[in-house]
Amino acid sequence: MNEIPLWASESFWKKMAIWVTAGSFLILVVLTMDSLSKTSAGSQRVPAYSVINKKIDYQYNNVSHKFMPIIGENEFLFGKEFTDEEAWHLVDLGKKTTQAKNCMNCHTLLGNGAYYAPDLTKAWLDKGWISKELREDMMVKFLMDPENNARTFGSNRKMPNLKITEQEAKGITAFLKWMSSIDTNGFPYNFKTINAEE
Amino acid sequence: MNTSGSNKVIENTNTLCEKSRIYRNTFKAWVQLDGNNLSDGQQLAVKYFTVAVILFFAQILFGMLAATQFIYPSFLYEILDFSVNRMIHINAMIIWMLYGFIGCVYWFLEDESGTEIVGLKLGNIAFWLLTSAVTVVVLVYLLVQIGPGKDSSLWFINEGREYIEAPRWADIGIVVVMLIFFYNVVATFSKGKWSGIAGVLTLDLVALAGLYVAGMFYMTNITHEQYWWWWVIHLWVEATWEVLVGVIMAWSLMKLLGVRRKIIQTWLYIEVALMFGSGILGLGHHYFWIGTPEYWLTIGGFFSALEPIPLVAMVVHAVYDSGTHAFKNGNHPALAWIIAQAFGNFFGAGVWGFMHTLPQINMFTHGTQWSASHGHLAFFGAYATINIAFFYLAIQHWRGDVWMGGGSQNAWRWKWALGLLNGGVLGMTIALLIAGYEQSFIERAIEGSTWAGYFTAQNHPSFQSAMIWRLFFGGITFAGFILLVWDLLTIGKGETRKALMIVES
Repeated sequence: MNEIPLWASESFWKKMAIWVTAGSFLILVVLTMDSLSKTSAGSQRVPAYSVINKKIDYQYNNVSHKFMPIIGENEFLFGKEFTDEEAWHLVDLGKKTTQAKNCMNCHTLLGNGAYYAPDLTKAWLDKGWISKELREDMMVKFLMDPENNARTFGSNRKMPNLKITEQEAKGITAFLKWMSSIDTNGFPYNFKTINAEE
Repeated sequence: MNTSGSNKVIENTNTLCEKSRIYRNTFKAWVQLDGNNLSDGQQLAVKYFTVAVILFFAQILFGMLAATQFIYPSFLYEILDFSVNRMIHINAMIIWMLYGFIGCVYWFLEDESGTEIVGLKLGNIAFWLLTSAVTVVVLVYLLVQIGPGKDSSLWFINEGREYIEAPRWADIGIVVVMLIFFYNVVATFSKGKWSGIAGVLTLDLVALAGLYVAGMFYMTNITHEQYWWWWVIHLWVEATWEVLVGVIMAWSLMKLLGVRRKIIQTWLYIEVALMFGSGILGLGHHYFWIGTPEYWLTIGGFFSALEPIPLVAMVVHAVYDSGTHAFKNGNHPALAWIIAQAFGNFFGAGVWGFMHTLPQINMFTHGTQWSASHGHLAFFGAYATINIAFFYLAIQHWRGDVWMGGGSQNAWRWKWALGLLNGGVLGMTIALLIAGYEQSFIERAIEGSTWAGYFTAQNHPSFQSAMIWRLFFGGITFAGFILLVWDLLTIGKGETRKALMIVES
């Protein structure tokens, strides 16, 4: 039994298992603290909720070679300028509603979820809303009564009526506008926004 | 009037109870299983296995409903919408696998520790607690489905977060049940004897229970929310669950093939080092596109590319051990499923995961049917298989250690169940992969992921036919499941030969 070299022995691998696990976990904890601070609402990558007062676009950046969100001048949502507090409340209502209505088990958000309905990451910027003037109104109406405002693109797939109230629909719209401003490292690629056709 | 009405209800309930008792007794007489063959811990384990099989059925059933909706979108529209079916499909999967794992641990706990389970009564209470909670959660999913955009919806109906949709009250229940389970494991090993397997199991359970807590908070900031959400999902299925399976596999190989403990434990430590060494930072492959910093592209890409290595090692391990013992074993179906696990884990988690894990490719595959393809083969290959292997070990012992080697009666059943289940899942995987490729090209690369692009890809004939093939292979999987249940209930019935006893070599 003395012939077993160190690298094949049980005790060597036991120690390896412990050190590798502890080391990896420690690195993960450090990276987690860094990532959370770099992605808090109001950071460079994840804008403050009051970004819903601004024009948002998504364009290819020639320096970083990726698509990036572009925050522009004022472009109020529902014709109103929201304070930081109000914006947070509205986005929060929208976020909570997307969870309570189980959106993620048909749609993807930031690419995560189910694949039965389109991705919502840049839904605010999608050309499907025809024009920037019609967009807000169309979104709210669609969310409140998807059957009669169905947008099936020839697929026969219809969003069910989820009994979303007007306030909740406005919240979801605000949430989607805010989400479209997050820097997602260039995902999705080659996305042409509603602003592009102007 | 009232009294006669309630009398009638009581009467009806009594007849119903009476009827179900008769059915139960007829079933017991038919199945001929003798509980005296089981230790107390094993009796608890088979309770978990029973619920696991029922939930496995629910997983396949609701998966097929959802798959049908891809082809006929009006099917069950606004009755059981895709979101409900899909949620139950994936939740039933997570929960049946957890039930299976808990059952496996209770099964070998007494054998491994050399003593009786310390908190058996508590373990039984936890079982009934968990099972009633699961029942209530599923009923609410089915009947209430959604709520208003308030905290109360997240507490009592559904948290709307893929895989961990269970409402908050159930989260707390799950943690309590896991703590009871953890107490039973630690206290029993402390009373009896510790081993390498026991040590790895204990530390893994600490991580498994602790990580779940990371997913129990509501956050407005979706980047932070998804960050912690992946801590639970990824560090469960790509780290702690894999190690748990390593533990179960280690014990099974000792029993099944008589592999020496020293070799098994050395392998287990190697597995832990490789699995956690690649899997913990491999978490980064979920942090490419959710708003998190760019360094995750490098870290996630690199470490997740290493994730297949322990899975290759496991294949080597299983094949090598089986070879050196000339496949001599006392339970052919169990060994066949263990071999299926080694390969299924390697292909499903390893190869299918690696195919789309590098950020340059994932940019175009993220959020498409690629993930569904990978998910089907990986969860089945890595986790369904090992549980099924263990069901066969359990049923053999329950029958009184009867012969389940070559030339056993009705062996076609387990062989066909094995073939149909593996073939069915593989067929679904390939169909979904074709759909995923098509989506990557048409929706992502050409159309730039707009809604119009999404639907162009969904309406494409190659996507549509892939969905039909997926449903077809879902049916094959379902047939395999029915055969599996029939086989589990009847295998070894009336067998008089004793099992081949394998001793440590």
